[in-house]
Amino acid sequence: MAGVQEIMLRVAGCGVSVKRAGKGPPLLFLHGGGGAPRWLPFMARLAERFDVIVPEHPGFGRSETPEWLDTIGDLAFFYLDFIRQLELERVHLVGSSMGGWIAAELAVRSTHDLASLALIAPVGIRVKGAQKADIFLWSHEQLTRNLFADPGFAEVILKMPVTEEEQDQRLKNALAMAKLGWQPRLYNPHLAKWLHRIAVPTLICWGDSDRLIPPAYGPAFRDLIPGSRLQVFERCGHLPHAECGEKFVRTLTQFIEGVRP
Amino acid sequence: MKFFMIHLMPYADLDLTYDQKYDSAWVTLPNSYYDPVKGAKLYNRYLDELEYADELGFDGICVNEHHQNAYGLMPIPGVMAGALARRTKQAKIAVLGRALPLLNNPLTVAEEYAMIDNISGGRLIAGFVRGIGAEYHAWGANPAESHDRFHEAHDLIVRAWTEIGPFPFEGKYYNFQYVNTWPRTFQQPHPPIWIPSQGSRETIEWASHPSRKYTYLQTFSPATALARYMAMYKEAAEKQGYTATADQVGWAVPIYVGETDARADAEAKPHIEAFMNKFLRMPQEMLLPPGYLSLQSMKGVLKAKGAMMAGAHTIDGLLDKGMFICGSAETVRQRLAQYQKQIGFGKLLPMLQFATLPHDLTKASMERFAKKVIPAFRGVA
Repeated sequence: MAGVQEIMLRVAGCGVSVKRAGKGPPLLFLHGGGGAPRWLPFMARLAERFDVIVPEHPGFGRSETPEWLDTIGDLAFFYLDFIRQLELERVHLVGSSMGGWIAAELAVRSTHDLASLALIAPVGIRVKGAQKADIFLWSHEQLTRNLFADPGFAEVILKMPVTEEEQDQRLKNALAMAKLGWQPRLYNPHLAKWLHRIAVPTLICWGDSDRLIPPAYGPAFRDLIPGSRLQVFERCGHLPHAECGEKFVRTLTQFIEGVRP
Repeated sequence: MKFFMIHLMPYADLDLTYDQKYDSAWVTLPNSYYDPVKGAKLYNRYLDELEYADELGFDGICVNEHHQNAYGLMPIPGVMAGALARRTKQAKIAVLGRALPLLNNPLTVAEEYAMIDNISGGRLIAGFVRGIGAEYHAWGANPAESHDRFHEAHDLIVRAWTEIGPFPFEGKYYNFQYVNTWPRTFQQPHPPIWIPSQGSRETIEWASHPSRKYTYLQTFSPATALARYMAMYKEAAEKQGYTATADQVGWAVPIYVGETDARADAEAKPHIEAFMNKFLRMPQEMLLPPGYLSLQSMKGVLKAKGAMMAGAHTIDGLLDKGMFICGSAETVRQRLAQYQKQIGFGKLLPMLQFATLPHDLTKASMERFAKKVIPAFRGVA
């Protein structure tokens, strides 16, 4: 984690833990339900060309849980405040899974400070007949195995030693995840109606072997966000940025380079 | 001490080999396992058993609420309480539901309980629970809102019973222009309120508050845990400036009374083991969804429940832990006297039917309990 700054900021009355590294245009990464406890290889790669900012959402990890946290919409407004407070301009906003939901909710509210949007297997809408997996009935081990197409990936993660702090954060993250996504399950019935408001270049990424959110959601998001592009990653699960990191970084970088300055 | 027979009304005809295909008797077990012809007989048999408890002189009878499972067939316990209100004459009728956080409109419970209280001439005991974790999977209710919704729904119901309506209610989850419950409760200011729980400090501190002094019931826990939670209630009361009476704490526990110890053990064994190993079977994620307990309680319970849920239970293990009381009337009397003396509860909720225990054994055990156990405790606690 050489060169990675870890700081606590106070935004909208909430102490929030932020990791940051690299120079270049700002890239704000919004994590999914598993949190962002570590600086991952794809972040390091992106930090070679971008100012990569990775907060832990209010309610998650080392961040505080504010009284006002009830819905994903609250986090969307929180990150609009966050962007303003850090005086970020022309941000490349990237969100994975639940973080993709936050990013989409943010973008339908305002794209004023965004240069581009990348959604990695986001939740937030419902495609009838395409059932999301019931992640809340899975044990940590089952979830870990189901996150990846390559079983070897899960094996490595499951063998890593877990500290008590990490155990506690898992419980905390699961609580926040339930609060924000239990019912209706991982979507906002009103989001799909307004996705057409997203007026920045948008990339949607999906693993073809996603066992959490069926890949049928990819085309649904693409059709709802004008001008967006869908990139499917082969032999890849729910976390293309982690499982297919090299290809993901290449795809994202090319996409951002194609965005008019 | 007072005695309230509790019934879960399990689907006793459950094919016990279900667990070769499914990991739980809850939520995800297909309802093709339920045969309505057998189920209809069971419902009427179980109502007969509770009515018989009234004849035998139990102080009360208790029904219960669980959803989408084979463990207990009373998703709407008020239906049973309504039937019992007409057929029983003396016994109190305790509804040890309703799971308030599952409700979109808690006023339905204010109404339902008030109706039962009227029909029974003031024999209702109003239970308020959060339901077990599986309920949140079955009903899609958000476990992370469970505590807050419980408290708000409770406040709404008690106000609906005690304040003259119409009045507005302005909550976070529930909002009403007109709260004006008809009928009013027969018992004034309101029926006694009982809080069954599997044990949580938050619930105990809340129930023991001087403005409430609700009866706290510990359900199906090892005797050591029972002792700890009962002591916690009494300490919480002391801290809040009063001394709790034994009457404020109760224990729900499966009990079987046989002719002799050896016969009792042999008769109860397959049924109590099926109760723990088949009917209560569920993965930890189903039992403890995120938010159901505070993070601090969750850590503690994960350790304790991990031990309780792990592996197959045997009758001997259950007897050792005090999770089951079984034997001749003499043995049951002694065990109860010993626990009562150590722990000091004033209400006992014997579960005299469990899992697959058939009617004839249930009835005989109930009779022995009523005639040879209860009298020994009259005037105690």
